[in-house]
Amino acid sequence: MRPVAVIGVGKTAFGALQDRDLRSLAVEAGEKCMKDARVSPSQVEAFYLGNFAGPSFVGQNHLAPYIAGAMGITGVPATRFEAACASSGSALFHAVSAVGAGLYDVVMVGGVEKMTSQSTPKVTEILAGAGDMLGEGRAGATFPALFAMIARRHMYQYGTTREQMAAVAVKNHLNGSKNPQAHMRKVITLEQALAGKMIADPLTVYDCSLISDGAAAVMIAPLERAGEFTGKPVKILGIAQTSDMVALDEKDDITTFRAVVEAGKKAYKMAGLSPRDIEFAEVHDCFTIAEIIAGEDLGFVQKGEGGLYVQQGCTALNGPRPINTSGGLKSKGHPVGATGVGQICDVVIQIRGEAGERQIPRNSIGLAQNLGGSGATAVVTILGAA
Amino acid sequence: MSEEATANPRSGVIYTETVIYAAPEQFVADAPYQLAIVTLNGGGRLTARISGDRVAIGDAVEFAEDRNGIPFFRKK
Repeated sequence: MRPVAVIGVGKTAFGALQDRDLRSLAVEAGEKCMKDARVSPSQVEAFYLGNFAGPSFVGQNHLAPYIAGAMGITGVPATRFEAACASSGSALFHAVSAVGAGLYDVVMVGGVEKMTSQSTPKVTEILAGAGDMLGEGRAGATFPALFAMIARRHMYQYGTTREQMAAVAVKNHLNGSKNPQAHMRKVITLEQALAGKMIADPLTVYDCSLISDGAAAVMIAPLERAGEFTGKPVKILGIAQTSDMVALDEKDDITTFRAVVEAGKKAYKMAGLSPRDIEFAEVHDCFTIAEIIAGEDLGFVQKGEGGLYVQQGCTALNGPRPINTSGGLKSKGHPVGATGVGQICDVVIQIRGEAGERQIPRNSIGLAQNLGGSGATAVVTILGAA
Repeated sequence: MSEEATANPRSGVIYTETVIYAAPEQFVADAPYQLAIVTLNGGGRLTARISGDRVAIGDAVEFAEDRNGIPFFRKK
Protein backbone atom coordinates (compact mmCIF):
# COMPACT_ATOMS: atom_id res chain seq x y z
CA MET A 1 0.00 0.00 0.00
CA ARG A 2 1.38 3.44 -0.89
CA PRO A 3 1.79 5.95 1.98
CA VAL A 4 -1.16 8.27 2.61
CA ALA A 5 -1.17 11.71 4.24
CA VAL A 6 -3.70 14.06 5.76
CA ILE A 7 -3.49 17.26 3.72
CA GLY A 8 -6.24 19.25 5.40
CA VAL A 9 -8.62 19.32 8.38
CA GLY A 10 -11.82 21.17 9.25
CA LYS A 11 -14.14 21.13 12.27
CA THR A 12 -17.17 22.93 13.53
CA ALA A 13 -17.43 23.83 17.18
CA PHE A 14 -19.04 20.95 19.11
CA GLY A 15 -22.02 21.78 21.31
CA ALA A 16 -25.77 22.12 21.62
CA LEU A 17 -26.09 24.11 18.40
CA GLN A 18 -29.82 24.73 18.34
CA ASP A 19 -29.91 26.92 15.25
CA ARG A 20 -27.87 24.52 13.11
CA ASP A 21 -29.10 21.57 11.02
CA LEU A 22 -27.12 18.43 10.20
CA ARG A 23 -26.27 19.43 6.65
CA SER A 24 -25.02 22.92 7.50
CA LEU A 25 -22.68 21.45 10.12
CA ALA A 26 -21.23 18.88 7.73
CA VAL A 27 -20.86 21.49 4.99
CA GLU A 28 -19.08 23.92 7.34
CA ALA A 29 -16.53 21.26 8.32
CA GLY A 30 -16.08 20.15 4.71
CA GLU A 31 -15.58 23.67 3.38
CA LYS A 32 -13.06 24.48 6.14
CA CYS A 33 -11.26 21.25 5.23
CA MET A 34 -11.15 22.07 1.51
CA LYS A 35 -9.81 25.55 2.31
CA ASP A 36 -7.16 24.13 4.64
CA ALA A 37 -6.10 21.56 2.04
CA ARG A 38 -6.33 24.10 -0.81
CA VAL A 39 -8.51 21.64 -2.71
CA SER A 40 -11.54 22.68 -4.77
CA PRO A 41 -14.77 20.61 -4.85
CA SER A 42 -14.01 19.45 -8.41
CA GLN A 43 -10.73 17.90 -7.25
CA VAL A 44 -12.42 15.63 -4.68
CA GLU A 45 -12.57 12.13 -6.16
CA ALA A 46 -14.69 10.46 -3.48
CA PHE A 47 -16.57 11.42 -0.31
CA TYR A 48 -16.73 9.07 2.68
CA LEU A 49 -19.11 10.07 5.46
CA GLY A 50 -19.38 8.71 8.99
CA ASN A 51 -22.82 9.13 10.57
CA PHE A 52 -24.43 6.96 13.22
CA ALA A 53 -28.12 7.81 13.28
CA GLY A 54 -29.08 10.74 11.08
CA PRO A 55 -32.28 8.96 10.03
CA SER A 56 -33.34 8.52 13.69
CA PHE A 57 -32.10 11.86 15.00
CA VAL A 58 -33.29 14.14 12.19
CA GLY A 59 -35.24 11.93 9.75
CA GLN A 60 -32.78 12.31 6.90
CA ASN A 61 -31.43 9.41 4.88
CA HIS A 62 -29.12 9.30 1.85
CA LEU A 63 -26.75 11.54 3.71
CA ALA A 64 -23.46 11.28 1.82
CA PRO A 65 -24.63 12.65 -1.57
CA TYR A 66 -26.93 15.05 0.31
CA ILE A 67 -23.93 16.64 2.01
CA ALA A 68 -21.44 16.25 -0.86
CA GLY A 69 -23.85 17.93 -3.26
CA ALA A 70 -24.28 20.88 -0.91
CA MET A 71 -20.49 21.35 -1.01
CA GLY A 72 -20.38 21.24 -4.82
CA ILE A 73 -19.01 17.70 -4.89
CA THR A 74 -21.08 15.72 -7.41
CA GLY A 75 -20.60 12.86 -9.82
CA VAL A 76 -18.21 10.93 -7.57
CA PRO A 77 -18.80 8.07 -5.12
CA ALA A 78 -20.39 9.47 -1.94
CA THR A 79 -21.09 6.86 0.71
CA ARG A 80 -22.21 6.80 4.34
CA PHE A 81 -20.53 4.50 6.88
CA GLU A 82 -22.27 3.42 10.09
CA ALA A 83 -20.35 1.76 12.89
CA ALA A 84 -21.98 3.35 15.96
CA CYS A 85 -19.53 5.75 17.64
CA ALA A 86 -16.76 4.57 15.29
CA SER A 87 -18.69 5.55 12.14
CA SER A 88 -16.24 8.17 10.90
CA GLY A 89 -13.21 6.18 12.08
CA SER A 90 -14.52 3.41 9.87
CA ALA A 91 -15.10 5.84 6.98
CA LEU A 92 -11.48 6.97 7.35
CA PHE A 93 -10.15 3.41 7.41
CA HIS A 94 -11.94 2.59 4.16
CA ALA A 95 -10.91 5.86 2.52
CA VAL A 96 -7.25 5.36 3.44
CA SER A 97 -7.46 1.79 2.13
CA ALA A 98 -8.82 3.06 -1.20
CA VAL A 99 -6.23 5.82 -1.60
CA GLY A 100 -3.47 3.49 -0.42
CA ALA A 101 -4.53 0.96 -3.04
CA GLY A 102 -4.40 3.60 -5.76
CA LEU A 103 -8.13 3.82 -6.42
CA TYR A 104 -8.23 7.59 -5.83
CA ASP A 105 -5.82 10.41 -5.00
CA VAL A 106 -7.83 13.16 -3.31
CA VAL A 107 -10.57 12.00 -0.95
CA MET A 108 -12.59 13.78 1.72
CA VAL A 109 -13.72 11.97 4.84
CA GLY A 110 -16.41 13.65 6.90
CA GLY A 111 -18.28 12.85 10.08
CA VAL A 112 -21.43 14.46 11.45
CA GLU A 113 -24.13 14.02 14.06
CA LYS A 114 -27.03 16.26 15.03
CA MET A 115 -28.26 14.95 18.40
CA THR A 116 -29.70 17.76 20.49
CA SER A 117 -32.99 18.16 18.63
CA GLN A 118 -34.26 15.08 20.54
CA SER A 119 -35.05 14.72 24.26
CA THR A 120 -32.47 12.95 26.45
CA PRO A 121 -34.65 9.80 26.91
CA LYS A 122 -35.08 9.63 23.11
CA VAL A 123 -31.32 10.11 22.54
CA THR A 124 -30.70 7.37 25.12
CA GLU A 125 -33.05 5.07 23.21
CA ILE A 126 -31.42 5.80 19.83
CA LEU A 127 -27.92 5.25 21.25
CA ALA A 128 -29.05 1.96 22.84
CA GLY A 129 -29.62 0.75 19.26
CA ALA A 130 -25.82 0.41 18.93
CA GLY A 131 -26.12 -2.55 21.32
CA ASP A 132 -27.96 -5.86 20.90
CA MET A 133 -31.63 -4.91 20.81
CA LEU A 134 -32.77 -8.53 21.10
CA GLY A 135 -30.84 -9.03 24.34
CA GLU A 136 -29.37 -6.22 26.41
CA GLY A 137 -31.48 -3.53 24.72
CA ARG A 138 -34.73 -5.42 25.29
CA ALA A 139 -33.85 -5.79 28.97
CA GLY A 140 -33.54 -2.00 29.32
CA ALA A 141 -29.79 -1.45 28.92
CA THR A 142 -28.58 2.02 28.07
CA PHE A 143 -25.08 2.85 26.87
CA PRO A 144 -24.16 4.32 30.25
CA ALA A 145 -25.48 1.06 31.78
CA LEU A 146 -23.24 -1.11 29.58
CA PHE A 147 -20.17 0.94 30.53
CA ALA A 148 -21.31 1.00 34.17
CA MET A 149 -21.29 -2.81 34.10
CA ILE A 150 -17.83 -2.72 32.51
CA ALA A 151 -16.69 -0.30 35.23
CA ARG A 152 -18.12 -2.49 38.01
CA ARG A 153 -16.26 -5.52 36.72
CA HIS A 154 -13.02 -3.52 36.26
CA MET A 155 -13.33 -2.23 39.83
CA TYR A 156 -13.96 -5.79 41.07
CA GLN A 157 -11.05 -7.38 39.19
CA TYR A 158 -8.43 -4.64 39.42
CA GLY A 159 -9.41 -2.39 42.31
CA THR A 160 -10.10 0.56 40.03
CA THR A 161 -11.80 3.34 42.02
CA ARG A 162 -14.47 5.96 41.40
CA GLU A 163 -11.78 8.56 42.22
CA GLN A 164 -9.63 7.25 39.35
CA MET A 165 -12.56 7.50 36.95
CA ALA A 166 -13.33 11.00 38.22
CA ALA A 167 -9.68 11.94 37.62
CA VAL A 168 -10.25 11.28 33.90
CA ALA A 169 -13.16 13.73 33.90
CA VAL A 170 -11.21 16.39 35.82
CA LYS A 171 -8.23 16.15 33.44
CA ASN A 172 -10.36 16.20 30.29
CA HIS A 173 -12.42 19.16 31.46
CA LEU A 174 -9.19 21.07 32.21
CA ASN A 175 -7.91 20.30 28.69
CA GLY A 176 -11.27 21.17 27.13
CA SER A 177 -11.26 24.53 28.91
CA LYS A 178 -8.29 25.41 26.68
CA ASN A 179 -10.08 24.32 23.47
CA PRO A 180 -12.18 27.10 21.91
CA GLN A 181 -14.21 24.49 19.94
CA ALA A 182 -15.09 22.33 22.97
CA HIS A 183 -18.71 21.80 24.04
CA MET A 184 -18.19 22.25 27.79
CA ARG A 185 -15.26 24.54 28.62
CA LYS A 186 -15.76 24.22 32.35
CA VAL A 187 -13.07 23.21 34.83
CA ILE A 188 -14.41 20.76 37.42
CA THR A 189 -13.05 19.45 40.74
CA LEU A 190 -12.73 15.85 41.86
CA GLU A 191 -15.38 16.48 44.52
CA GLN A 192 -17.84 17.79 41.92
CA ALA A 193 -17.24 14.81 39.65
CA LEU A 194 -17.81 12.34 42.50
CA ALA A 195 -20.98 14.10 43.66
CA GLY A 196 -22.56 14.28 40.19
CA LYS A 197 -26.05 13.01 39.51
CA MET A 198 -26.06 9.22 39.17
CA ILE A 199 -26.79 8.00 35.62
CA ALA A 200 -25.99 4.27 35.93
CA ASP A 201 -24.26 3.28 39.14
CA PRO A 202 -21.23 3.79 39.51
CA LEU A 203 -21.22 6.33 36.65
CA THR A 204 -22.32 9.87 37.41
CA VAL A 205 -23.11 12.50 34.82
CA TYR A 206 -19.42 13.52 35.00
CA ASP A 207 -18.33 10.04 33.91
CA CYS A 208 -20.41 10.34 30.72
CA SER A 209 -19.52 12.12 27.51
CA LEU A 210 -21.81 14.83 26.19
CA ILE A 211 -24.75 14.78 23.81
CA SER A 212 -23.49 17.14 21.13
CA ASP A 213 -23.97 18.43 17.63
CA GLY A 214 -20.95 18.81 15.38
CA ALA A 215 -19.02 17.83 12.31
CA ALA A 216 -15.43 17.22 11.27
CA ALA A 217 -13.61 16.49 8.01
CA VAL A 218 -10.16 15.52 6.79
CA MET A 219 -8.71 15.46 3.28
CA ILE A 220 -6.32 12.66 2.40
CA ALA A 221 -4.00 12.11 -0.55
CA PRO A 222 -0.99 9.97 -1.44
CA LEU A 223 2.04 11.24 0.49
CA GLU A 224 3.96 11.70 -2.78
CA ARG A 225 1.38 14.26 -3.93
CA ALA A 226 0.80 15.97 -0.57
CA GLY A 227 3.28 18.75 -1.34
CA GLU A 228 1.09 19.93 -4.24
CA PHE A 229 -1.56 20.95 -1.73
CA THR A 230 0.00 21.74 1.61
CA GLY A 231 3.29 22.62 3.25
CA LYS A 232 2.32 20.71 6.37
CA PRO A 233 1.18 17.19 5.52
CA VAL A 234 0.75 14.66 8.32
CA LYS A 235 1.52 11.06 7.47
CA ILE A 236 -0.81 8.18 8.32
CA LEU A 237 1.79 5.77 9.71
CA GLY A 238 -0.65 2.99 10.57
CA ILE A 239 -4.40 2.37 10.56
CA ALA A 240 -6.54 -0.66 11.38
CA GLN A 241 -10.20 -1.47 11.92
CA THR A 242 -11.36 -4.59 13.77
CA SER A 243 -14.61 -6.02 15.10
CA ASP A 244 -15.97 -8.07 17.99
CA MET A 245 -19.33 -9.33 19.25
CA VAL A 246 -21.91 -6.56 19.77
CA ALA A 247 -23.54 -7.88 22.96
CA LEU A 248 -21.59 -7.48 26.18
CA ASP A 249 -22.86 -10.84 27.46
CA GLU A 250 -21.22 -12.58 24.49
CA LYS A 251 -17.71 -11.41 25.43
CA ASP A 252 -15.46 -13.54 27.64
CA ASP A 253 -13.90 -10.57 29.44
CA ILE A 254 -15.60 -7.17 29.47
CA THR A 255 -12.70 -5.39 31.21
CA THR A 256 -10.83 -5.25 27.91
CA PHE A 257 -11.91 -4.38 24.36
CA ARG A 258 -10.44 -7.16 22.27
CA ALA A 259 -11.11 -5.19 19.07
CA VAL A 260 -8.99 -2.31 20.38
CA VAL A 261 -6.14 -4.63 21.39
CA GLU A 262 -6.16 -6.17 17.89
CA ALA A 263 -6.52 -2.87 16.02
CA GLY A 264 -3.68 -1.46 18.11
CA LYS A 265 -1.40 -4.40 17.29
CA LYS A 266 -2.14 -4.10 13.58
CA ALA A 267 -1.63 -0.32 13.52
CA TYR A 268 1.64 -0.57 15.49
CA LYS A 269 2.88 -3.25 13.09
CA MET A 270 1.97 -1.21 10.01
CA ALA A 271 3.74 1.84 11.49
CA GLY A 272 6.75 -0.19 12.64
CA LEU A 273 6.26 1.29 16.11
CA SER A 274 5.49 0.08 19.62
CA PRO A 275 3.30 1.65 22.32
CA ARG A 276 6.30 3.38 23.92
CA ASP A 277 6.85 5.37 20.70
CA ILE A 278 3.45 7.07 20.99
CA GLU A 279 3.99 10.56 22.39
CA PHE A 280 0.34 11.53 22.80
CA ALA A 281 -3.11 10.16 22.02
CA GLU A 282 -6.75 10.99 21.54
CA VAL A 283 -8.71 8.04 22.96
CA HIS A 284 -12.41 7.26 22.99
CA ASP A 285 -13.54 8.43 26.44
CA CYS A 286 -17.26 7.98 25.82
CA PHE A 287 -17.20 7.14 29.54
CA THR A 288 -14.31 7.71 31.94
CA ILE A 289 -13.78 3.96 32.38
CA ALA A 290 -13.28 3.69 28.60
CA GLU A 291 -10.23 5.99 28.76
CA ILE A 292 -8.78 3.89 31.59
CA ILE A 293 -9.27 0.69 29.59
CA ALA A 294 -7.91 2.34 26.39
CA GLY A 295 -4.58 3.01 28.13
CA GLU A 296 -4.37 -0.69 28.98
CA ASP A 297 -5.61 -2.03 25.64
CA LEU A 298 -3.22 0.18 23.65
CA GLY A 299 -0.26 -1.05 25.71
CA PHE A 300 0.56 2.22 27.46
CA VAL A 301 0.30 0.44 30.84
CA GLN A 302 -0.18 -3.09 32.16
CA LYS A 303 -3.71 -4.50 32.47
CA GLY A 304 -5.39 -3.15 35.56
CA GLU A 305 -3.10 -0.13 35.94
CA GLY A 306 -5.09 2.24 33.76
CA GLY A 307 -6.76 3.99 36.67
CA LEU A 308 -3.52 4.65 38.50
CA TYR A 309 -1.93 5.86 35.24
CA VAL A 310 -4.46 8.69 35.00
CA GLN A 311 -4.57 9.40 38.75
CA GLN A 312 -0.78 9.87 38.89
CA GLY A 313 -0.92 12.54 36.18
CA CYS A 314 0.91 10.51 33.52
CA THR A 315 -1.67 11.50 30.91
CA ALA A 316 -2.06 15.18 31.87
CA LEU A 317 -1.21 17.96 29.43
CA ASN A 318 2.20 18.32 31.14
CA GLY A 319 2.60 14.58 31.80
CA PRO A 320 4.88 12.13 30.00
CA ARG A 321 2.13 10.97 27.59
CA PRO A 322 -0.74 13.46 27.29
CA ILE A 323 -4.10 11.85 26.49
CA ASN A 324 -7.10 13.75 25.12
CA THR A 325 -5.43 17.15 24.91
CA SER A 326 -8.58 18.30 23.07
CA GLY A 327 -10.73 17.65 26.14
CA GLY A 328 -11.85 14.29 24.78
CA LEU A 329 -15.43 13.23 24.24
CA LYS A 330 -16.02 14.18 27.87
CA SER A 331 -15.46 17.92 27.48
CA LYS A 332 -14.98 18.56 23.76
CA GLY A 333 -18.25 16.74 23.10
CA HIS A 334 -19.35 13.55 21.37
CA PRO A 335 -21.41 14.12 18.22
CA VAL A 336 -21.22 10.37 17.63
CA GLY A 337 -20.65 10.23 13.87
CA ALA A 338 -18.16 13.12 13.93
CA THR A 339 -16.01 11.77 16.75
CA GLY A 340 -13.58 9.52 14.84
CA VAL A 341 -12.60 12.13 12.26
CA GLY A 342 -12.68 14.81 14.96
CA GLN A 343 -9.99 12.87 16.84
CA ILE A 344 -7.85 12.76 13.68
CA CYS A 345 -8.24 16.55 13.33
CA ASP A 346 -7.09 16.98 16.94
CA VAL A 347 -4.01 14.79 16.47
CA VAL A 348 -3.14 16.61 13.22
CA ILE A 349 -3.54 20.00 14.92
CA GLN A 350 -1.07 18.93 17.65
CA ILE A 351 1.45 17.59 15.12
CA ARG A 352 1.22 20.83 13.10
CA GLY A 353 1.84 22.81 16.30
CA GLU A 354 -1.47 24.66 16.02
CA ALA A 355 -3.09 23.62 19.30
CA GLY A 356 -2.68 27.00 20.99
CA GLU A 357 -3.01 26.95 24.76
CA ARG A 358 -3.14 23.14 24.83
CA GLN A 359 -0.12 22.62 22.53
CA ILE A 360 2.27 19.98 23.82
CA PRO A 361 6.04 19.99 23.11
CA ARG A 362 6.50 16.28 22.22
CA ASN A 363 4.12 16.21 19.28
CA SER A 364 5.68 14.23 16.44
CA ILE A 365 3.82 10.88 16.81
CA GLY A 366 0.19 10.70 17.93
CA LEU A 367 -2.46 7.97 18.06
CA ALA A 368 -6.24 8.11 17.74
CA GLN A 369 -8.50 5.34 19.06
CA ASN A 370 -12.17 5.28 18.05
CA LEU A 371 -14.56 2.77 19.64
CA GLY A 372 -17.97 1.73 18.32
CA GLY A 373 -20.70 0.79 20.78
CA SER A 374 -19.43 -1.27 23.67
CA GLY A 375 -16.46 -2.43 21.61
CA ALA A 376 -17.79 -4.20 18.53
CA THR A 377 -15.86 -1.85 16.23
CA ALA A 378 -12.45 -0.33 16.88
CA VAL A 379 -10.30 1.88 14.68
CA VAL A 380 -6.74 2.81 15.67
CA THR A 381 -4.79 5.34 13.62
CA ILE A 382 -1.18 6.42 14.15
CA LEU A 383 -0.11 9.73 12.66
CA GLY A 384 3.30 11.34 12.37
CA ALA A 385 4.99 14.47 11.11
CA ALA A 386 5.79 13.92 7.41
CA MET B 1 -29.25 -18.04 23.98
CA SER B 2 -31.50 -15.51 25.71
CA GLU B 3 -34.73 -17.06 24.46
CA GLU B 4 -33.71 -20.50 25.62
CA ALA B 5 -32.74 -19.18 29.05
CA THR B 6 -36.01 -17.29 29.31
CA ALA B 7 -38.02 -20.39 28.53
CA ASN B 8 -36.05 -22.64 30.89
CA PRO B 9 -35.69 -21.20 34.36
CA ARG B 10 -32.09 -21.42 35.45
CA SER B 11 -29.75 -20.13 38.10
CA GLY B 12 -26.40 -18.46 38.00
CA VAL B 13 -23.99 -15.96 39.49
CA ILE B 14 -23.82 -12.18 38.98
CA TYR B 15 -20.90 -11.36 36.64
CA THR B 16 -21.57 -7.61 36.77
CA GLU B 17 -24.43 -5.22 37.48
CA THR B 18 -25.61 -1.62 37.52
CA VAL B 19 -28.58 0.39 38.71
CA ILE B 20 -30.00 2.55 35.92
CA TYR B 21 -31.30 6.00 36.86
CA ALA B 22 -31.44 7.57 33.38
CA ALA B 23 -33.59 5.17 31.35
CA PRO B 24 -34.40 4.99 27.65
CA GLU B 25 -37.79 6.41 26.68
CA GLN B 26 -39.74 3.14 26.92
CA PHE B 27 -38.40 2.30 30.41
CA VAL B 28 -38.55 5.73 32.07
CA ALA B 29 -41.38 4.59 34.37
CA ASP B 30 -39.27 1.66 35.68
CA ALA B 31 -36.24 3.73 36.78
CA PRO B 32 -34.29 3.20 38.92
CA TYR B 33 -33.91 -0.48 38.03
CA GLN B 34 -31.08 -2.98 38.30
CA LEU B 35 -29.62 -4.67 35.25
CA ALA B 36 -27.09 -7.48 35.44
CA ILE B 37 -25.14 -9.96 33.39
CA VAL B 38 -25.62 -13.40 34.87
CA THR B 39 -23.14 -16.23 34.33
CA LEU B 40 -25.54 -19.15 33.99
CA ASN B 41 -24.75 -22.37 35.81
CA GLY B 42 -25.38 -24.23 32.55
CA GLY B 43 -22.82 -22.06 30.76
CA GLY B 44 -23.04 -18.79 28.87
CA ARG B 45 -24.13 -15.38 30.06
CA LEU B 46 -27.43 -13.54 29.94
CA THR B 47 -28.37 -9.88 30.39
CA ALA B 48 -31.33 -9.73 32.77
CA ARG B 49 -33.26 -7.43 35.06
CA ILE B 50 -33.16 -8.02 38.81
CA SER B 51 -36.33 -8.13 40.88
CA GLY B 52 -36.45 -7.81 44.67
CA ASP B 53 -33.24 -7.14 46.61
CA ARG B 54 -30.27 -5.50 44.91
CA VAL B 55 -27.48 -7.90 43.97
CA ALA B 56 -23.68 -7.57 43.77
CA ILE B 57 -20.97 -9.35 41.77
CA GLY B 58 -20.67 -12.95 42.94
CA ASP B 59 -24.19 -13.25 44.30
CA ALA B 60 -26.11 -16.40 43.43
CA VAL B 61 -29.35 -15.68 41.58
CA GLU B 62 -32.22 -17.66 40.09
CA PHE B 63 -34.69 -17.05 37.31
CA ALA B 64 -37.77 -15.31 38.68
CA GLU B 65 -40.08 -14.59 35.77
CA ASP B 66 -40.45 -13.40 32.22
CA ARG B 67 -42.14 -10.02 31.73
CA ASN B 68 -42.85 -9.07 28.12
CA GLY B 69 -39.88 -11.09 26.92
CA ILE B 70 -37.52 -9.65 29.55
CA PRO B 71 -35.90 -12.23 31.86
CA PHE B 72 -35.96 -11.26 35.54
CA PHE B 73 -33.65 -12.91 38.07
CA ARG B 74 -33.68 -12.61 41.87
CA LYS B 75 -31.27 -13.24 44.71
CA LYS B 76 -31.16 -16.89 45.75
